[in-house]
This record gives sequence, C-alpha cells and structure tokens, in this order.
Amino acid sequence: MIPAPFEYAAAESAGHALELLAEYGDDAKLLAGGHSLLPMMKLRLAVPSVLIDIGGVNELAYIRTDGDDLVIGATTRHADVAGSERVRSGAPLLAYSAAQVGDPQIRHRGTIGGSLAHADPAADLPMALTALGGSVELMSPSGTRTVPAGDFFTGYFETSLEPGELLSAVRVPRQPGADWGYQKFVRRANDWAIVGAAAVAGRVALANMGPTPIRARAVEQALADGAGPAEAAELAADGTEPGEDIHADRAFRQHLSRVLTRRALEHQRG
Amino acid sequence: MKVRLTVNGQDRSDDVEPRLLLVHYLRQHLGLRAANVGCDTTSCGACTVLLNGKSVKSCTVLTVQASGQEVTTAEGLAPEGDLHPVQRAFRAEHGLQCGFCTPGMVMAATGLLAENPHPTEEEVRAGLEGNFCRCTGYHNIVRAVLTAAGTMSTGATTSTESAQ
Amino acid sequence: MSILGTRVLRTEDPGFLTRGGVYTDDVEDERLAGACHVFFVRSPVAHAVIRSVDVSAAREAPGVIAVFTGADLTGLPALPPPVPGMINDLMNQPLLARDVVRFVGEPVAMVVTQDPYQGEDAAELVDADYDLLPPVVDMSAATAADPIFPDAHTNVAASFGDADQFDPALFDGCETIVTRTIENQRVAPAPMETRAAAAAWGEDKDAGGRLTAWIPNQGAQGTRAVVASMLGIDPASVRIITPDVGGAFGAKFGADPEHGLVCWVARQLGRPARWAETRAENMVAMTHGRAQRQTITIGGRRDGTVLAYRLEILQDSGAYPKFGAILPSLTILMTPGPYSFPRAEAAAVSVLTNTTPVGAYRGAGRPEATAAVERAIDLFAAEIGMDPADVRRKNLLPAFTEPHTTAFGAVYDSGDYTTALDKALAAAGYQDLRDEQAKRRANGDVVQLGIGLASYVEITGSGSEAGRPQENATVEVHPDGSATILTGTSPHGQGHSTVWAMLASEELGIPVDKITVKWGDTDLIPQGGGTGGSRSLQQGGAAVQQASQELLEEARQRAAGELEANPADLVFDIGSSAFTVAGDPDASVPLARLAETERLVVRSVFSAPGATFPFGAHVAVVEVDTETGKAVLRRMVTVDDAGTLVNPLLAEGQRHGGIAQGAAQAFLEEVVYDADGNPLTTTFADYPFLSATEVPSFELADMATPTTYNPLGAKGIGEAGTIGATPAVQNAVVDAVSHLGVRHIDMPTSPQRVWRALREAAAPPAAGTAAPAAGTSESRDAQ
Repeated sequence: MIPAPFEYAAAESAGHALELLAEYGDDAKLLAGGHSLLPMMKLRLAVPSVLIDIGGVNELAYIRTDGDDLVIGATTRHADVAGSERVRSGAPLLAYSAAQVGDPQIRHRGTIGGSLAHADPAADLPMALTALGGSVELMSPSGTRTVPAGDFFTGYFETSLEPGELLSAVRVPRQPGADWGYQKFVRRANDWAIVGAAAVAGRVALANMGPTPIRARAVEQALADGAGPAEAAELAADGTEPGEDIHADRAFRQHLSRVLTRRALEHQRG
Repeated sequence: MKVRLTVNGQDRSDDVEPRLLLVHYLRQHLGLRAANVGCDTTSCGACTVLLNGKSVKSCTVLTVQASGQEVTTAEGLAPEGDLHPVQRAFRAEHGLQCGFCTPGMVMAATGLLAENPHPTEEEVRAGLEGNFCRCTGYHNIVRAVLTAAGTMSTGATTSTESAQ
Repeated sequence: MSILGTRVLRTEDPGFLTRGGVYTDDVEDERLAGACHVFFVRSPVAHAVIRSVDVSAAREAPGVIAVFTGADLTGLPALPPPVPGMINDLMNQPLLARDVVRFVGEPVAMVVTQDPYQGEDAAELVDADYDLLPPVVDMSAATAADPIFPDAHTNVAASFGDADQFDPALFDGCETIVTRTIENQRVAPAPMETRAAAAAWGEDKDAGGRLTAWIPNQGAQGTRAVVASMLGIDPASVRIITPDVGGAFGAKFGADPEHGLVCWVARQLGRPARWAETRAENMVAMTHGRAQRQTITIGGRRDGTVLAYRLEILQDSGAYPKFGAILPSLTILMTPGPYSFPRAEAAAVSVLTNTTPVGAYRGAGRPEATAAVERAIDLFAAEIGMDPADVRRKNLLPAFTEPHTTAFGAVYDSGDYTTALDKALAAAGYQDLRDEQAKRRANGDVVQLGIGLASYVEITGSGSEAGRPQENATVEVHPDGSATILTGTSPHGQGHSTVWAMLASEELGIPVDKITVKWGDTDLIPQGGGTGGSRSLQQGGAAVQQASQELLEEARQRAAGELEANPADLVFDIGSSAFTVAGDPDASVPLARLAETERLVVRSVFSAPGATFPFGAHVAVVEVDTETGKAVLRRMVTVDDAGTLVNPLLAEGQRHGGIAQGAAQAFLEEVVYDADGNPLTTTFADYPFLSATEVPSFELADMATPTTYNPLGAKGIGEAGTIGATPAVQNAVVDAVSHLGVRHIDMPTSPQRVWRALREAAAPPAAGTAAPAAGTSESRDAQ
C-alpha cells in the first residue's frame, strides 16, 4: 500500500515551517518522523496534498531543563526521550512511556510531538503527558502559546492545534524522586493499549477509556481525601464511556481501568 | 524530487516521486531486493534497514526523508561473498526457514546489538518485537542473536565465512 | 560416518541472508520485460447484487492500460470446487464476480497499469454499485438461511456421515457424560509473503502458445492443473515456475482466481503481467483455516475409563467451497486420536457463509480432531475429579508395532503414546508444577499457574495422488563430480535443498555442497505431489534415496565394464566416491568419470504402503492473571515422535514453528467478522500475529520410533506443533482457573474471555438469562 500523491517541502527552520503552513493552508500536513501520519496515508485515511517535513529542523530536536520544567523539542525521537538521562531522572514516567511506544524501529523514527499531535487516545505519550500535568507549546506566526494537556486533547484524534500552528515543544514538570506507576494492558508487546493507567504524585491518567486520554479525577479526589490505592482505584471507571472493539467491550475496559489504576498507584510498571 | 543518499557505502542520487517509499526505492530503483514488504501497517518489520545505523522500517520512510543519510541493507552488511557475524549466527542456529522475514530480522538484530551488545534473552525478544516470523516460532532467531552477541563481543567480528 | 542424523547447516541460507530470497515479486527475467501490473478491486460488502461497475474514470487515470470486470471474462469457465464428487458442484466461483458478490474481498474488477503505484490510485476510481443482500455470517445460521447459491437450494456444501443416524445407545452404561459445544476458530494462515504472480505468453499464443507463470505455490504440478482449468487450456500449454516461497502453511496449494486472472490479462493484452497483493488483500482473499464448531460428548466410568465419544462438526467453508469444505473428513478420520475408546462416532456438515473461503492451514483437519478430543478428555477429567494425566494414561492405546486399524478406518503404523506422555511429563517436571500450582491456589495468588496436556497422533503423507502415496526423484551425477536432484516436492522453508543433498551424499559420496536440488518447474519436473500434509521427507526424501541407490547400481554396471571386473566384486568407497575392485585398491574409477561418455541419471518413483502416524505429547505451562484475564505462556515442553530424523536441526525448526503457530491459535489469533460480514482483522495491527515477546523458548524432548513404511524410518514432522500445542495451551489456560469453577474457555483464550469465564463461574447467570453464544455446557450424572 502506498500514499496518494502529494507535494513535498522540507522546512529549514521552525519559522520556515510556519511560512510553508501559511502558504499551503489546510491541505498541508506537517511530517516529522511520519510514524503516525504515513501509516494513515498508506491506508488512505489521510490524503494531504502537501507534506511539510520538519524532520530535518535541528532547532526542534532537544531536551532541556527550564527552571522546574523539562522541555523537549517536538521532533525528538521516542528512543532519545527514553534514553535521556535528563528525562529519566526528571520525569521517569515520561522516559518509561516513550520506551513503550511501538517497537524499536518505530521509536527510532517516531517523535514526541508527532505522537501527541496525532492524539490517539490509546497511545502512550498522550496518557503520560496527561498524568504528568504537562503541556505543549504551539507556535504560530503571532507567537507561542502553552496549552495544558487537558485542553490540548479535544476529541478522538483531535487537538486544539489551530490551522497554521506547529507543535514545537513539550513541557513537563520535573519531579525527581516522585513515586510513579505505569500500566499498559496489551495482548502483544507492540500493540496500543487496550487500557492504560499512569499515576504520579497523586495524579492519575487513563488511556483508551474515552475519546481522549482522561484524568481519573474521582480517584485523585479519593487519594487526596486519604483513601488507599485499592479503595481509590475502585472509582477509576466513574463517568467513563470507553468504546468497544475486538479486544474489549465497555464492561471489561471499565474493569481493567480499576485493576490497572490500583497497580499504577502501587507503583507497578508493566 | 532530487535525493542524494548513501546506500551500503555507495553514493546514490535520483529523481523520485515524493511518495516513493524507501523500501520501493531500494527494491525497484537500486535492485536491492533483500528488504521485503510483508504488511501495510508498519507492523511486520520485513522491510527493516539501518538508517544512520539505527533500525527503521523502510515501508514507513519516504525516500525524500532519507535524503542526505546513510542506508544499510542486508546486502551491504558484509563484503560480497562473506557473512556478517549476525548472518553467520542465523545460519548456525537455523534461525531462518522461508527467508522472507530474514533480511529485516537480521537488520533489526544488528541494530539491537549495536545498542545493546550483551542482551539477555528477554531483551532480545523485546528488541525483535517489531519483526514478525511465521516459520521459526522465534526460538532459533533468539538463539542466533544471543550467539552473535557472544561471537561479536569476543572479538570474532573480523572473521568471515564464505557465503557460497 | 553417516551424514544422516547429523545437524548439517542449510546450504540455501547464505543467499537468503545476504541478497534475500528471490520471491515472485523479486523475479527478474527477460520474458517479463515491460510487464504491466494488475491491481484488484474487491467487494467491500459481504453479500450483494452487483448493480453496476463503472470503470470509465479509472480508465482515464494516469498509467492505466486496461480495466476489466466480470463482464469481460465471458470466455472463462467458473472455478469448480476441488475434489469432484465430495462437494456440491453448483457452488462454482466465477474468477471475477459477475452478478453477485459473496464475501468482502471477492475480486470484482482488475485495473492494469504501467506502474504498480498507479494501480492503487486508479482502483480507487472504480465505482461499483451494490444492492445489499442479507449476509450469512454465523455458520450456525447457514443451514436455515436463504441459499447463497439459489440454484443449489442449500447452503450445505458437503456432509460426512449423518448425525441423525447417531447411535442413541452410544453412552449407555456411562456413569458420567459431559457434552459441550466448542469453537475451533477461524484463523489466517498469513504467510509472510503474500500472494503474487508473474505471467508471460510465448509469441505463438494464438497457435497453441504457451504460458509461463511464476507463482508462489506448494506444488507446481497441482498449480499448473488449476491454472490450466481456469484458462480452459491444456495443462501442457502451461509452464509453472516456482520462485522462492515465503511461507505457505497449506494456503498456497493449487492456484486462486487471482493467479488465473493475471495469466489471462497477460494473454489478453499480449504483454507480460505481474501482481503482488497487499497484506490487507491477503487477510481477506487468501483462504482462511480451521473454522469448525464442534459438539463433543464424552462418557465413561468414574474410575477414568472412557466408554464412548461423539464428535459432531459444523465446518464453515466460507463463500465458495474449497479444500476447507472437505477437511472435516480428515477430522473425522482422526476422531479418537491416540485413545482406545470402545465406542466412538462422528459426523460433519460443511456450510457456506458470506465470508472468506476456508482452505488448508498447517495441520488441515487434524488439529481440529486433536483439539476436540483433548478438550473432551479434560472436561471428563474435571467432571470426575481426576488428574488429566491419569485419565490419558488410562485410555491411551497400548504401545503397538503392528498396524492398528481404528473404527474410522485409519491404519496407525506404529505408536507408543504412553511413553510419549510420560517423557513429556518427566521433562516438564509435572509433579513439581502441580505442587507449585497447589501452593498458588492455597495462597489465593492473583497470578495462577495452569498446566495443560495434549496427547496426539496425526496422519502424515497420506498422499495427494491417486492410490498409494508416492513421489518421484531424479538424480544425476555430472562429470565434474557434482550432482543434480530433481524432486516432486516443493520446499518453502523446510530445507529440502540441504536434506535431499544429504540423502544423495550418503549414497554417492558426493559432498552436500556439490549437489544442486531443483523443484517447482513443471517443464523440468512434470510430475510431483508438492509439499503439504507433512509428506515430503517420507516420500520425496525416500525417492531421492531410492534414485541414488538405483543410480549407484547403474554406475556399478558401467564401472564393471570400465574395470573389466565382475560387478559383484566392486566395492563403492563413499569417501572417494569411486568404485574399486575388492582386493585391488589400485583398480578404481570415480563415479564422476562414469558420467563422461553417457549421462548418469536415474528417475525413480517411491511408493509407500500408506500414510504414517507421528505422535507425541505436549505440556504447556501458563500463568493467568485472574484480575485481568491475561494468559502468558511460560513453558512449552514437547515430545514429537516422527520416526528417524535425517537432520535434527531442521526437524527441531519445524517443531518450533508449529508449536508457536499452535500456541498462537490457542491464546491469540482469530479472524473476526461483524454481524454484517465485515472483517475486523484485516491488518497485522488488528490481527494479533504472534511476536517474539509472547512465547518462551521451547523445550523439546527426544523420541524416535522408526516407521517401516519407508527405508528412512521417517514420519512427517511439519504439522506436529500445531496439532499438539493448541489444545495443550488451551487446556493450560482452563486448568489455571479450574479451581475457581471454570470448565472451558473458547479459543483464543483472550483476556476478556478469561475474565468473563471467571466472572460467570463466581456468579453463575440466573436461569433464563442468555448463555454465551458458544460454549454451552451440560453435564449430568447418568446414575
């Protein structure tokens, strides 16, 4: 299978990418690692007429500390996030999450910005960003705005990215030493999560329990009120309306969300 | 689109359609047919090659994205007539049957050992999670990668074996 | 020292490891210069009347040479079902759908372009209009549904035996009877190489010109017959060439409509044509496997003695009856497996549904038999509270060396099933595993241990040609000291190049690396049964040995003339590959020199007295997370007795691959359709193809009981893994949670299924609530 024909333009800088976006408008898509977009294009579920390649823009590939935050450039590859000592010490949950994406080849190509902008509710990084209370930086010709994870993911494969905007960086609070847990329930190692749960410092996020990654707020509230992990985790499915597929119906997903939340709160990783 | 890249140490330049996938560029334009297409969904890894030394699935890389970079395929792993230690280990451990997944599997294993020269069995299995094989049950593939790790770490990397 | 029985490394590997195999899509040949590319447009709906197919926009697309629909194929016959006489012959498949489409994926049109990329673009422009018909999706609904072929007046494609004639007294005298309906689910063979074809016609095609077609297959001679019949031409006008084949697993026998159509396009356009399908096409249009719903009933005494067993099979044949429609006959043949049940009976009905046609898949009918009886034994053991190993021991046939004929007409050549089971249990450390299981149960651990057993006997080499199983081989020694073997088998991963060379080398003293093995070119090798049903070594290999021996006799006569000696006085020295005169070491002539004046070549046909019956026992150890329902395979310990091994390295490889495929069916794989007949598992992202992380390394224990049916003493090994591993793993998953009240979980034992079984066992559904669709159970005490 092959993508439908398109025009291709390689951006030389973030600014150049914004110019190209402005020039080509709605028909254009940004291409970084291409590991979310190209599979969609091969299945012809995405048919952009122009690809603007930001994969070669060096200024977007970095991992920095900025005060209390860790800032990661959008085109930083999953393997680099997973392997970064700075990320492993400052936001170990994020490093772990990046190491769960796809398989080694996918982690060599796929980027953190691309995965977040793709906004698959079953994916690792959107859940991790939500659990960490992170945000994304969205660059446009008029400047850069910072959008918290909770406002960024707006629907099934939908975000608050505006036309002409570029996701330039990811920002997460540094929490060295914070206890965390991560649960990705799959039948095969390289699958998307049937359900996922990530917990760090009293925050809990779930994957594939709705159209976006979601916070398990009832669980968080119970924890804040002094409940233990087992008791709090029983509330994980409250208010959720997960979809159904060949792996799990709604009742099973809700059950899994409770089990996985408890395990994540007990700092289990798997 | 003009592309210039290095494939198995040779400089190549071509004019290609932007949508041309790297695997098809290698197979159709360069006649390097070791990498195979086994799926449509970046799942099976039969098309795995090294891009700047790292394993990637060439069915999900545009040729234009690879411009200016270095590609290594199974054909280029060892000099003509020789076998790379990973290839030799696949033969010694009977790590291939029908052969279709093999070039991709060998490249994934080579990339894995470059990153982790002394993997455990569990690490080998995790490292090959993106490469499917229908024939071997993975048993002898895992053995082969562990064997290759052993021979490569004991400095046997320079010894080669005739391919014919 | 004999080379046979040693771990010779494969001679074919260096090419595969460096330049890669030369599969059909890799073939470069001057006859294919300027080939056009065929892309199929397939039905997106399960059952519909084709109102129209508008190809006008596609014809205008860049690079399009032609677009064809069913209306363009008026000269071509429909494809009859295989095995005439066994299948309703009113259920023919048109090569391209004409008036009706009957499954998602059925070819409806062909787009032919200069370049393969253009085909995918143009195919999107073909506009077909359908009037939907109600689809038959579930096989249980098929017999009552409107016939998919109205002229046939039935959806029954074939039947074997008659359940209405079952003996009402079969279970008389049984203290305990258990019955259950279980699924042997539909799976996708999914060889790594999808289907493909390349075709070219000779210049004089109108005057009986010849077709040369490169097609991945399991037996070129069978493929030639089907291609010729699809095109309505004499098989002599067809030459099939078999490139390297990237896995087949039963699904590449013969030829499919697409193969015939690519050849037709090449003839129609007067230029060579090529085709390579996508994985998404492969998942819906290559035949699927298994797809049986079985009702098993087992009864016996509370001391563990089984007195009676009944197997009733519903086979889903898919939309067009193919080999799958007759596979129940093999299942029935193997009904009692390795057990000495005093009474047993079986019957089967094969029905049509609006789904992908079903064909052979590694094991082809026999894994289904083993799965049924092994679940039955475990259900019976659970009902009487006895260790399943003890129930097996009590009912296995005693060891035998003279052929044993079963009530179903199978003639088992030799077997020692109890020893196989005991070896497997010993290798697994069965008692320690049971102790560990007891400990976890007592602790109420979240992760429970399950131990699953399967004893099996299977049939291999039953022959695809009329009469006795047979195969031919030609061996030629060349003046340069090399040799060539032509074989009627057709390897696609099995390593015949190496093993056939070993067999000839053993007789002729020619080194393995100087022996070339050829197969799969019908001009070179007009006869042959191909590779399938685990037949190759025991028949094709035996033929190579026989031909080598006959060649040596011919050479001995020539050497006698050359050396002016009595043939009986000549000694063949393997080390130097030369004849010498006994007592006169200086009088010697090498085999190669005897080929200088006249070709030294022998063709020989080996005939076996019958099929052979390999057997064994598998032990699976799983961990089941009782909170999430996830089962993880921790160990697979197997005994697979396939008689004498010629190359243990390759035999182990066959076992490994089969075990993995069998295990994958048990806990992972399933082709799923929605209620409208839409397939939901059309990519490797959705179809859970096994990866290296879901299986452990396998533990193989040795056992080799030679057969007398061929001089090698060899039985088939290719399918043992799928036959033993599937029920062993399924039984292990059930065993892990049996103490919580679970008696059965259908395959694949997915987390959701395990979780649901646990929930239902903890709180059985109240009377009147719907039972799960499959797996209805009933057990009763007869006294």
